[in-house]
Amino acid sequence: MTQRKKTLILMKRNWVLYLFLLPAVIYIGTFMYAPMYGLIIAFKDFTASKGIMGSPWAGMKWFTTFFHTPRFWQILGNTLAISLYSLVVGFPLPIILALIINNINNLKFKKFTQTVTYMPYFISTVVLVGMMSVLFSPRSGVINTLLSYLGGSGDTFFMGESKYFRHMYVWSGVWQNMGWNSIIYIAALTGVSQELHEAARIDGANKLQRILHVDIPAILPTMIILLIMNCGNVLSVGYEKVYLLQNDLNTPVSEVISTYIYKMGLQQQRYSYSTAIGLFNNVINFLVLVTVNKISNKVSGTGLF
Amino acid sequence: MKKRSKMQVSWDDRVFDIVTWAFLLFFIVIVMYPLYFVVIASFSDPMYVNNGQLVFLPKGITLMGYRRVFMDKRILSGYLNTLIYTGCGTVFGVCVTMLAGYSLSRKDLPGRNIIMMLFVFTMYFSGGMIPMYLVVKSLNLVNTRLLMVLLGSVSVYNIIITRSFLAGNMSDDLLDAARIDGCGNARFFVSIVLPLSKAIVAVIALYIAVVHWNSYFNAMIFMTDEGKYPLQLYLREILLSATTTINTTTETDPEAAMRLQQMGQVIKYGVIVVSTVPIICVYPFVQKYFVKGVMIGSVKG
Repeated sequence: MTQRKKTLILMKRNWVLYLFLLPAVIYIGTFMYAPMYGLIIAFKDFTASKGIMGSPWAGMKWFTTFFHTPRFWQILGNTLAISLYSLVVGFPLPIILALIINNINNLKFKKFTQTVTYMPYFISTVVLVGMMSVLFSPRSGVINTLLSYLGGSGDTFFMGESKYFRHMYVWSGVWQNMGWNSIIYIAALTGVSQELHEAARIDGANKLQRILHVDIPAILPTMIILLIMNCGNVLSVGYEKVYLLQNDLNTPVSEVISTYIYKMGLQQQRYSYSTAIGLFNNVINFLVLVTVNKISNKVSGTGLF
Repeated sequence: MKKRSKMQVSWDDRVFDIVTWAFLLFFIVIVMYPLYFVVIASFSDPMYVNNGQLVFLPKGITLMGYRRVFMDKRILSGYLNTLIYTGCGTVFGVCVTMLAGYSLSRKDLPGRNIIMMLFVFTMYFSGGMIPMYLVVKSLNLVNTRLLMVLLGSVSVYNIIITRSFLAGNMSDDLLDAARIDGCGNARFFVSIVLPLSKAIVAVIALYIAVVHWNSYFNAMIFMTDEGKYPLQLYLREILLSATTTINTTTETDPEAAMRLQQMGQVIKYGVIVVSTVPIICVYPFVQKYFVKGVMIGSVKG
């Protein structure tokens, strides 16, 4: 039987499975691939009345406009600063937490710790920022109350002053996601064989040494995969939280690419310009991801694809 | 495990234990305290809350804040809308994800790798905000409840997790046996696959529900009719606007208006509790499936 005939028989026998796939294909096609077609307007002078095809071509005009706006370097710098800060703080902490939780012998307490540390993940961005604004508020907020006990002034405007913006953004993210992001490492750690630990112990390794030489090598592949995925997002600081934390005082440090895209596109209706910035952002992210993945494949033999 | 604790513990292990316990307690306090504070503040007298006199215990316990919260029509309408969007969106999303995940888990399906690649590509590359807006607009879905149900319901990540789970848990022998008995693909899926996939259904249902419950940006972009706003959009108004905009009745009496102004903070705490408790309560029910579900997703990424 030829290969093609085999395939045809399989396709015929499993036609129902294609039907199963149909809803997902339609969904992905509509909400993922159809917008990609719309990327054409990044190279056009788009006006709604003329439509995507009818609007005149503009070449690279919108990209050069973006590169030459006075705010270009500021926005790029803010985006990089926030995402690198998040990466440096937010990447190792879940690993440390997972290693510590993994070391708890009391099962009940272990479960309690996990449940508690996951909880903030379920809080919405709006509520998180709302909580920050009440807890950190200058006079009535409890953080300022506690700080005044410790000798602080008690009226620091954490949510307003721009010098606090990055810390507030990054550390609230750590607070919210640290527990959740540790699940994946805890899962990987449950796969470490107890015999390996036992053997290391007999050889005289103490707890710290066992973590360094048994646990960490075991979760290294997971760490690398997550690091690659994080690096692929280095230019995509999400708009959801930044937008809520923004105010007139802190925009010089808080304007990132995604919020700028939103403002240009939907608030000022500069569709082509906004799309071009989005495309630029996307392409850079994609290139970084592919590069980091390639390096990782070469160096460690682990990669995303 | 028991034996180990009876054995002599070396001093470096003891130091290690002390340090990790200190870390752990610190983590737990940092995570718990803000949540605890929100709860006690929501039950406390506005006077103490506004003056920052509240630290560890509630003071002047009262339900005034909650009474105001439940009198606010926007909260009720937002709650109802969010329940509809979350409920329908989760059911829809779980169905689409299970069907697609199962098909893609079958090794005897020609073309499954191509479809998988097309799906995965969208995780790393997308059209962006404006093209998305134009698509939604051309489909006449702007300001419709249907859009709120659809957006965020299907994610490639969930399809991958489901596929990996089913590929690992459904043996080929099972399928062969069923086929000999004359069981087709559709019946196999309904009567064999689904009953064996409770864990993965629970996990992806939770993922989808959390996304729906918590998202605000899509609604902010696409919804213009306030009656269709989800809870999060109202919360944004209440929690993040400079003045207390909670308006249950239009107060004409200046003294009453003053009191309302004073209650602003307590109302905010109450709103936070009311909007967050339902989604947090879902998690313990699903917890037992969790580590397993997440692990599957991670291994095959």
